[in-house]
Amino acid sequence: MKVTQGAFSFLPELTDDEITLQVQYSIDQGFALAVEFTDDPHPRNCLWEMWDLPMFDIKDASAVVFEMNKCREAYPNHYIKIVAYDPHPNRQTTGLDFIVHRPAEEPGFRLDRQEANDRHINYTLHSYAVEKPHGERYSNGSK
Amino acid sequence: MAESGNGNLHGKQALEGEKRWGAGVIPYAKMGYWEPDYVPKDTDVLSAHRITPQAGVDPIEAAAAVAGESSTATWTVVWTDRLTNYKQYQAKAYRVDPVPGSDNQYIAYIAHDIDLFEEGSVPNLTASIIGNVFGFKALKALRLEDMRIPTAYLKTFPGPPHGIVMEREYLNKFGRPFLGATVKPKLGLSAKNYGRVVYEALKGGLDFTKDDENINSQPFMRWRDRFLFSIEGVNRANEMTGEVKGHYMNVTAATMEEIYERAEFAKSIGSPIIMIDLVIGYTAMTSISKWARANGMLLHLHRAGHGTYTRQKTHGVSFRVISKWVRMMGVDHVHAGTVVGKLEGDPNMIAGYYDTLRLNDTPIDPVKGLYFEQHWNSMPGVMPVASGGIHAGQMHQLLHYLGEDCVLQFGGGTIGHPMGIAAGAEANRVALEGMVKARNEGRDYLAEGDQILKDLAKKNQALQVALDIWGDISFNYESTDTPDVLPTATA
Repeated sequence: MKVTQGAFSFLPELTDDEITLQVQYSIDQGFALAVEFTDDPHPRNCLWEMWDLPMFDIKDASAVVFEMNKCREAYPNHYIKIVAYDPHPNRQTTGLDFIVHRPAEEPGFRLDRQEANDRHINYTLHSYAVEKPHGERYSNGSK
Repeated sequence: MAESGNGNLHGKQALEGEKRWGAGVIPYAKMGYWEPDYVPKDTDVLSAHRITPQAGVDPIEAAAAVAGESSTATWTVVWTDRLTNYKQYQAKAYRVDPVPGSDNQYIAYIAHDIDLFEEGSVPNLTASIIGNVFGFKALKALRLEDMRIPTAYLKTFPGPPHGIVMEREYLNKFGRPFLGATVKPKLGLSAKNYGRVVYEALKGGLDFTKDDENINSQPFMRWRDRFLFSIEGVNRANEMTGEVKGHYMNVTAATMEEIYERAEFAKSIGSPIIMIDLVIGYTAMTSISKWARANGMLLHLHRAGHGTYTRQKTHGVSFRVISKWVRMMGVDHVHAGTVVGKLEGDPNMIAGYYDTLRLNDTPIDPVKGLYFEQHWNSMPGVMPVASGGIHAGQMHQLLHYLGEDCVLQFGGGTIGHPMGIAAGAEANRVALEGMVKARNEGRDYLAEGDQILKDLAKKNQALQVALDIWGDISFNYESTDTPDVLPTATA
């Protein structure tokens, strides 16, 4: 399966040049840029790990792409996304985020159903990726 | 040219003393409901009305009558007014402008003291502003064009249960409009077949599916069964995509008790969102809004019925006023027009609705039909929903006219796809993401839209098929509700 979170998951994987254009757009909007990664792409996991602090006041998109590539080297089997924070009044939330790297195989999820009374079913989404402890979650065992 | 503004006021000053309080009928303007020198207070509720007086009725007297009938006046003088601080409670028409290009329409500006209205009550506000006055015989037609809600009054309203920012954080989706679809056919599907449509559309790439406004609990499908099969579809789609998705469960019912029962059930099965129809009324909407905030439930409002009073330019209530009321009262989504789809909507008018729903400050803008400055004082915005006759081939226009904070709902444009519902959803999602990407890259996506879509379709068969069948479909009819003024090109 393919996790389709983020703004561009239905498009072919973005090249570094295309990522640079999206980062530059974000900079032009006054957003702060960050790289985040995780080995647990559960849809309710809204707190991916931060690859260092967000980059404020940057002018050059290539600095962000450089950090992204360092993160890719360090976590080749994780999900990595670019996150742009919009600090403007009445926004003050993420302005744009999109996945820029995925593990070679995406194990996906299992929907568990607990049958209850009155035809109620309690649903839980189980992330296969978290069956193993941190550090052992993807095929080649990298971090 | 008729009297206007502070023009010929001779004989229209408010009367004083015995002349004012003698028994009988005297003109509204002379009772103090016309006050051309009045300077509105920061705490006044202001309204702008388009008035069409009956032949022979003076426009200023008509404006004063609107002020009177929407505040303290009755048809004759009553001495009991004098037991009150009546000058405060009398609404005051303070400006009357002729409408350009019309010989019998005027815009009347009226100020209402804040004490005329109960805190946090849209029903009370509407009972005054659009109460009896709309049937007033001296007027041929009357339309409430806009209102200025003062900060002091606005702050007594809760606003949206979540608002645009919180909804995005809850769904974990940023930087693009949401995609939705209304399940079709709107009537007749069994619960299981209905759940099939929900699943396919969400799995294919939509963020939301939706009950139609008139799907409540009919013999062919009762609400509880629909909710159960729909939430199965939602959860299966979450499993297949790793996203957070939802189905607007319509809890509209005959009584408030039943609305609560359905909402509680939707909560108990884990639905992230419910919906209501505008026809349930302002009290019911306010009640369910409070429930939605208390229960962490997104609240979608379908504006069923609004066209009966928002569409005609001379009579009724503009949808920009409805937009203000529903933002104050508190919903997270409301249908607000598509510009390019099958339903009424002049682009400038719709921009006025979208601004009213989303922005923190809106200036006076005659082109957008905004008669007053409005400050929302950080009240969260409402997500406008564009629904009705739109398809993937219009994606550049939709993004251009409607922006990023909206829900684009493609019902037929998803479910009617020849390769299946999931393919229809995929086509829309690919078109949307590709268009946002092109916009962010700095391309002139409106002008190049067709080419951008063609290029995307080369790599996506679902989009190619969608463009092949719908690419040329458009709904170009003249709008009935248009601005009185249009920008003229300079140089």
